[in-house]
Amino acid sequence: MVKYAIKRVLLMIFTLFVIMTMCFVLIKLLPLPAVKEMGKDINIILMRREQMGYGKPIPVQYALFLKSVITQWDWGVGEQMYETLEVWDVLMQKLPYTITVNLYSILIAIPIGLAFGIYAALKKNKWQDHVISTAVMIFISVPSYVYAFLVQYFLCFKAGLFPITIPSAQDASLFSIKMFISMMPAILSLGFGVIAGLTRYTRAELSEVLTGDYMLLARTKGLTKAQATARHAMRNAMVVILPMIIGEFIGIIQGSLLIEQIFAIPGVGSLYISAINLRDYNFFMALTFFYTFIGLFSGICMDISYGFIDPRIRMGGKK
Amino acid sequence: MQNNEYMNIPKEKFELASHGEKIYDKKLETKPIGYFMDAWIRFRKNKSSVAAACIILFLVIFAIVVPLFSPYTVTDRDGYYKTVLPKNELFADLGLGFWDGSSMKTYPKAGYQYYNSIGVESGFDAVIGEPKILTDAEGNESYKFRLDSYNTVGYVFLNLTAEEFIALQQYQDENQIQVIYPMPDTYKTNYTIGNAGANFWYKLKNEKANSTGEPALDKDGKYVPNYITSSNKERGDYTSTMRIEGDNGEGGDWYVYAVKNQTGYKVRVLYREYYIYKNGHEPLFLFGTNAYGQDIFTCLAAGARLSFLLAIFVSVINLTIGAIYGSIEGYYGGATDIIMERISDILASVPFIVVVTLFKLHLAEKVGMLPSLLFAFVLTGWVGMASRVRLQFYRFKGHEYILAARTLGAKDGRLMFKHIFPNSIGTIITGAVLIIPGVIFSESSLSYLGIINLETSALTSVGTMLAQGQGYLQTYPHIILFPAIFISLLEISFNLFGNGLRDAFNPSLRGVEE
Repeated sequence: MVKYAIKRVLLMIFTLFVIMTMCFVLIKLLPLPAVKEMGKDINIILMRREQMGYGKPIPVQYALFLKSVITQWDWGVGEQMYETLEVWDVLMQKLPYTITVNLYSILIAIPIGLAFGIYAALKKNKWQDHVISTAVMIFISVPSYVYAFLVQYFLCFKAGLFPITIPSAQDASLFSIKMFISMMPAILSLGFGVIAGLTRYTRAELSEVLTGDYMLLARTKGLTKAQATARHAMRNAMVVILPMIIGEFIGIIQGSLLIEQIFAIPGVGSLYISAINLRDYNFFMALTFFYTFIGLFSGICMDISYGFIDPRIRMGGKK
Repeated sequence: MQNNEYMNIPKEKFELASHGEKIYDKKLETKPIGYFMDAWIRFRKNKSSVAAACIILFLVIFAIVVPLFSPYTVTDRDGYYKTVLPKNELFADLGLGFWDGSSMKTYPKAGYQYYNSIGVESGFDAVIGEPKILTDAEGNESYKFRLDSYNTVGYVFLNLTAEEFIALQQYQDENQIQVIYPMPDTYKTNYTIGNAGANFWYKLKNEKANSTGEPALDKDGKYVPNYITSSNKERGDYTSTMRIEGDNGEGGDWYVYAVKNQTGYKVRVLYREYYIYKNGHEPLFLFGTNAYGQDIFTCLAAGARLSFLLAIFVSVINLTIGAIYGSIEGYYGGATDIIMERISDILASVPFIVVVTLFKLHLAEKVGMLPSLLFAFVLTGWVGMASRVRLQFYRFKGHEYILAARTLGAKDGRLMFKHIFPNSIGTIITGAVLIIPGVIFSESSLSYLGIINLETSALTSVGTMLAQGQGYLQTYPHIILFPAIFISLLEISFNLFGNGLRDAFNPSLRGVEE
């Protein structure tokens, strides 16, 4: 198990390294935009550029870049936006917004999704199941931004239930009720897809498990249907569902670019968009690292979690 | 004879069934059911997938046919018919108050009178039906009425050259349609709202700029015309016989229809009639227009066509690369497989948005946005396809029939593509179909985010239309409504269709449904 995990982590570091190298070279091949006139700030930025080996051959620049990242976790400073601020600090400032919105939406979505899924599986091939399955089909297919438009139009504009923009950090703290309410449209828009996905997954897994022989045995032993479902079927279905939820939890850090853009949430997604539009390559590198790392890491977590949850799976065993 | 007297059947009654003929196996009289036939039979049974396939077909036809036959093109941008509402002639005639290009509005009295005056002068009512007068707590009156977004445009001032002016007058005389209307005496007033004041043909109570713009009504409650008059009937070289009602030269004063200026003539036209004169058809936008005055119906079809083309291109290229790559991986296995698998793993791990960004930054200026987007989709898109093919190769390459073929001298290439590859056709087709909605969704989200911009003067995409509509969500939701419906419908149908295909191409599900 440990050996397998180490192997996976090493592989991840290798992959990450290759991707970062590719991105670095591709970015350095582009012309570097000039620093905006900002008074004394310009000197700081130019100094930092000098320090990072600006103008030297690309391999030398890359060595300097790796050195500063690995030894000091220094990703450079903002050149076109957030001038002279440390890139990583800005990223960390934005991260809580992204996480909060996504966390709320997942925390709301998981119980609802599980409940619908279990209900549909228990009522398989009855009208309740058909209604839920059709709804899931529709909700899974419709892009999240369409929900966002609907939520924004009907709940924000027409009904006026929620404010259109979220308050700034000075006006309301991240976990206050005010912030929660103003984040509600985004939470809802993100939630529909998660609920639908989870419902579909739970239904599929549970309905397969429910037909198992051990379920019949459990019933013949004298367990009620509810007991048998909760104690035997759900546990087995969870083997597949739980890694999905774990993956979802890590995935939330990536957030949703679209939803952040539509509801003007000052999260990582909006940072990425502005980094591209303003061509701030330091931000771009840091965010590329961030997104790639999260993607790889969630994959590992999901795979390893199978080993913890299901005792039948032996990780990295001989074939 | 009783049934059980078998023993006593006389010998003569026996006859040889086939004497002297050779007996062959009979050919099967039923049609053989091949893989695709079987898939088709089982696909047909899945009603929702068939319905989804029909919807997709309909959307594809929509995307192909509409740009060919629509009177509008993407390049048509009308400066006056901006953000007009969707209108269908049938619904407008029925007067259901729905899909008729009008919406409920509430204005103060002066606003109501302004819109009402357009209908009074031109005969094309901007105000539909009678207004409802609301009085608030402070006694202020406001008027609630249905406002036709087409006729609201009313009149505009145009600067025409001498040739254009003559041609327009000729058109008027030939068709007996009043296009040019008398010039209002706007010089006394500072009123410039409503197409530079072209709609203020009536006298105002107070002509100062800061007045409410309320008209001065005569004792019958009618508007008092405020046209420039002249004793010269053909002042401004207006020789057309068409003159509006009430312009009868009473007291030697004729209305003035044109004003000569340095470049030609300044005239005031009823924009609706002028539009018909210019374009040859009535202004009627089935899905309304966007903020640039483009017809949404046509734009949507053109955007859909672009999206479909892009998606099909991506799908075909990914399919080809993925099939070849996956075949090689799966067939040779061992070290080849490990190395190739690492490469595809790494490619698949690069976040798609990063790929798009890099391609955009590097290639968009050199080869254009569309090819660079295509490259970005292809770079990582084939990985999934390759892994499907690889899986099929692993499953089938150890089978006896492969060994038999190899013994008979089949080369690697033949074994791969003739004997093993066809096994993966089902999954490949399903995969290729499911790539299409994925590409369309990615394109629309990327356009929406502004990372890519496929819009040029003659090109638009569904994502671009969504992005354009976002700013008008509150005021003109119809701009975003139709692209959003289109893309939702497309995604739902493709998912259903893909599911049906997947089940149909899975031979292990044969007979399970019954």
